[in-house]
Amino acid sequence: MSWLPIALVAVPLLGAVVSAVPAVRDRAVAWGIAVSGVVLVLAVALAAVFDHARPAGMQLQTDRPWIPGLGLRFHLGVDGVSLPLVVLTALLTFLCFVHLAGHPPAGGRPAALVVTLLVLEVGMIGTFLALDLLLFFVFFEVVLVPMYFVIALWGGAGRRAAAVKFILYTLLGSAVLLIGLLVVRTQAGTLDMVALAGRHGSGMARSAQILAFLAIGLGLAVKTPMWPLHTWLPDAHTEAPTVGSVLLAGVLLKMGSYGFARIAIPVLPEGAAALAPWLGAFAVAGIAYGSLACLAQRDLKRMIAYSSVGHMGFVLLGFASLTPVGLNGALFANVAHGLITGLLFFLAGAVKERYGTADMVRLGGGMLRRLPYIGSLLTFACVASLGLPGLAGFWGEMLALLGAFSPAAGLSRPLFLVFMAVGGLGTVLTAAYFLGMLSRVTHGRVVENVPAGPLEPPGPPVATAEGVREVLSEAGEGAEPVEPVATGAAVAALDREWAEQEIARASAVAADEGEAGATGAARAHGPGVADAAEVGRGRRPFGDVTVHELAAWLPLVALIVLFGLWPKALLAVTTPAVQSLLGSGVAP
Amino acid sequence: MTGGVIQSIDYAAVAAPLVLALVAGLVLLLDAFLPARPGGARVLGLVTLGGLVAALAVVAVQAVGGGTRRTFCVPASLGGEPARPAAPASCSFVVDRFSLVIAAVVLAAGVVVVLLSMTEIAAGRDAGPGERSRIPAGEWYFLLSATLAGAVLLPASRDLIMLVVSLELVSLPVFALTALRRHDGRASEAALKLFLVSVVSTAITLFGVSLLYGVTGSAHLDRIDAALRTAGDMAQVTAAAIVLVVAGFAFKIAAVPFHSWAGDVYQGAPIPVAALLSVVSKASGFAGLILLLTSALPTKAALWAPGVAVVAALTMTAGNVLAMRQRAAVRLLAWSSVAQSGYILAPLAVYAVEPRAAVGASVAYLVFYAAMNLIAFAVVLLVARLPEGHDLEAYRGLALRSPAAGLSLAFALVCLAGLPPGLAGLFAKVVIFRAVVDGGLGWLALVMAANTVAGLYYYIAWTARLFAPPAAGESRTVSTRAAAGVAVAVTVAVTVVFSVAPQVVLSVSG
Repeated sequence: MSWLPIALVAVPLLGAVVSAVPAVRDRAVAWGIAVSGVVLVLAVALAAVFDHARPAGMQLQTDRPWIPGLGLRFHLGVDGVSLPLVVLTALLTFLCFVHLAGHPPAGGRPAALVVTLLVLEVGMIGTFLALDLLLFFVFFEVVLVPMYFVIALWGGAGRRAAAVKFILYTLLGSAVLLIGLLVVRTQAGTLDMVALAGRHGSGMARSAQILAFLAIGLGLAVKTPMWPLHTWLPDAHTEAPTVGSVLLAGVLLKMGSYGFARIAIPVLPEGAAALAPWLGAFAVAGIAYGSLACLAQRDLKRMIAYSSVGHMGFVLLGFASLTPVGLNGALFANVAHGLITGLLFFLAGAVKERYGTADMVRLGGGMLRRLPYIGSLLTFACVASLGLPGLAGFWGEMLALLGAFSPAAGLSRPLFLVFMAVGGLGTVLTAAYFLGMLSRVTHGRVVENVPAGPLEPPGPPVATAEGVREVLSEAGEGAEPVEPVATGAAVAALDREWAEQEIARASAVAADEGEAGATGAARAHGPGVADAAEVGRGRRPFGDVTVHELAAWLPLVALIVLFGLWPKALLAVTTPAVQSLLGSGVAP
Repeated sequence: MTGGVIQSIDYAAVAAPLVLALVAGLVLLLDAFLPARPGGARVLGLVTLGGLVAALAVVAVQAVGGGTRRTFCVPASLGGEPARPAAPASCSFVVDRFSLVIAAVVLAAGVVVVLLSMTEIAAGRDAGPGERSRIPAGEWYFLLSATLAGAVLLPASRDLIMLVVSLELVSLPVFALTALRRHDGRASEAALKLFLVSVVSTAITLFGVSLLYGVTGSAHLDRIDAALRTAGDMAQVTAAAIVLVVAGFAFKIAAVPFHSWAGDVYQGAPIPVAALLSVVSKASGFAGLILLLTSALPTKAALWAPGVAVVAALTMTAGNVLAMRQRAAVRLLAWSSVAQSGYILAPLAVYAVEPRAAVGASVAYLVFYAAMNLIAFAVVLLVARLPEGHDLEAYRGLALRSPAAGLSLAFALVCLAGLPPGLAGLFAKVVIFRAVVDGGLGWLALVMAANTVAGLYYYIAWTARLFAPPAAGESRTVSTRAAAGVAVAVTVAVTVVFSVAPQVVLSVSG
């Protein structure tokens, strides 16, 4: 009995409930930061209390009957597999709220968004803590409706269709998952994951295990997503608002892969052994498909979304090898992908906010000159994502490939060598598309085939998504490539308090007037760096990023570097847990 | 020897339907003799409400008392051809856990329907100055009480005659209730459709019942069971009888292929009647079907279970597919409740393997369904009072205009879809999935999984509409102060309890 896991689930839930109080509703984002901050502190406390000497065992357990009629117990706990994901979830949610504080949602209604994100956090953390199959399922489902609303209410132009596609796809997955979980219950007679994992599948017939693994694996594969069940993902990621994309890529996908590590592989080892070649095949197909699709994308967010398909392919390949090395790699890649892709989506959101579009052709080149901070951070995140040694993205994929190099005893080695080769080709393609993107967007000369008009002063605050879209389309339609609408002045305005914004606007207007005569001179100076930008920059120390953005991004950058240079920080926690999950029977 | 000729009646056992019957008579008398005052309809509504609460109290007392009460018994020496003195008496009216659960559901639903009726009748009075659009309150509440009396009687019935009579007592007043909004063409059409469908289904049921009686020589369910266990030579006639009886009940629960009346009738009927049809009528139909299949025909489970599985799969699929394209709220709920019938039916298909779990799962789902569906109908009634309120477009931005109503409806819809935060719906789905998976019907579980997704499509579209920005100039709010507002509050409270502690339902139904 420990109160920490319960508090991790209860605090965001209570926070969501209290958000309905009118006094809180007016300061919803501050409240969201406070609640998610408390959750983050709790998560860090969990990591501190966690007995690092024995990460293989389940710790800080709470086990209470909830619904005896279903055999459902409120059983929470944490071990080396779930701990990093819990901390990752708490961190990313907190950073999303920090980002939200500086960047009110385009669809308005920040209070509703705060409630939605807090409920989302309940589901995400609960999924990683649950130790009862049905409880896992309940938390797994909790995220669906909030994420649907995040996309459908605060998303981009095609949000309605994307949201419906997301929820229908993932619900189909979870319905199949439920069938699989119930098959396990029928066969094994218990829902307790610890007991089930301890048995390593003994007492369940091989055919039943294969059936259950198929159902559970399909359900999880939709969420992960595994090619060819990934088609919901690009739309959902592209249309979701920045915080939605970050949580979707950073945490929600991990719920699927976590399910493989927690349920499918340890509980059903024979089923896993029988179906691992298929899992591996689909995984490498996903790697190849994801990277090829990325090469063909024009939209920055869509490209990052497809890159997730590829990266999650590595995670699945690691699982498919059924070796401690492969599983370790999968779990590492999981966390690394959460950090890196979270950062990438933050940056893509920032780019979209400034340019009004995320279309790479229209962005033109030379971002490093126009927006040096964002440009260099984007370069960093891309390089991390393509797996540069020394950054977090490298270790997971390398270990996954290493796992495929010497798969578990029962698996066909030549087949997995082929998988490894395809996966290796995938890393090359990944490097190709990221570098291609960088060369198009961040580097190169600033393309100026249209006159760079005066910087738009930040318009009146737009309350609805439609309003924002109109503004964006006005800013975007005519120009190709477009100018960043907010290099300096608008960023400054975003950054400042409401009252100060008036001053900024006045200065921007003044800059406009001054520029009227000197447009040519300003253009000669180059990439839309106008007086207004100078005015804005003079007041803020952070160039083209806001304080909130920097606060949201820097922790991710630091962790990417940390885990890249010191992978043992993570591997020390997961390795013993992975070995105990696989048991002695399967590990080579 | 008098005991054999004159039945002794245990009035405590029949108290609940008796109270309702008396209230029905009382309402009619009050309507006739009370001076016609503006608040008269309200008084009648409150009297009916009081009667329902009293009947609920009786049910509660019987439940707390535990045990099984029997009455209208026929000793074994009478009736059966070979006199078996050792055999126990067969009773026509048995109060056991099953009948108490169904009675409680029906009565609680009845309370909600009465609250909705009070709003509906008041609205009719406000709207039309003349007599034309007014609903006669006395008749309305009389018919409602009569229906509910039948619905309470039905789950306790243990012979075919009682079953058919109480089923008719449930059905007949509903035709009149549907048509009671006189001069409304759609209501009359709906009533006529309902009447024709119902009469045909009764005829079919009666034909099946007569065949069953012919085969077994008895009308009591337990004796039919005993006879079917021994007699083996009339299998084909028995099969025909089973098909006919089940088909008759399939009409009542709107199962495929006897579902087509649901859309028009729900839409044409006043909304409280639609709620009545979707919960009370349906619960009675299921109670009758479950009694017949499990008390009289358990030995023939191998015969009827596959049929039930196919019908369940078709019913949920047809209901969901039809609901997807609807533009009118009540019509959507009509088809969705057809789909939900399919889910309730599904666990019965594994009766042969897991008899107790199958019935328990069906009843549990029925209870969850009743609570969440009634929220939806209550909010729909409130919104329908707005002009153009029947169309789904009227719900755009409801959660922003009228947060209480909008959020309640959103909760009901996610419950019906079976997703958190509607945990009641999620657990209901888990219960039936568990029964079906335990029973080994994998294909049915897959069909159910696909249907859950299909159902989500229209539930979530409706829910999203509630939160979408309202159309320009749309700022109408719904009044939740009416009696229907109380109904919303009560049903939401019950559903929230079911969500947090579903064990409440599972322990009584299992």
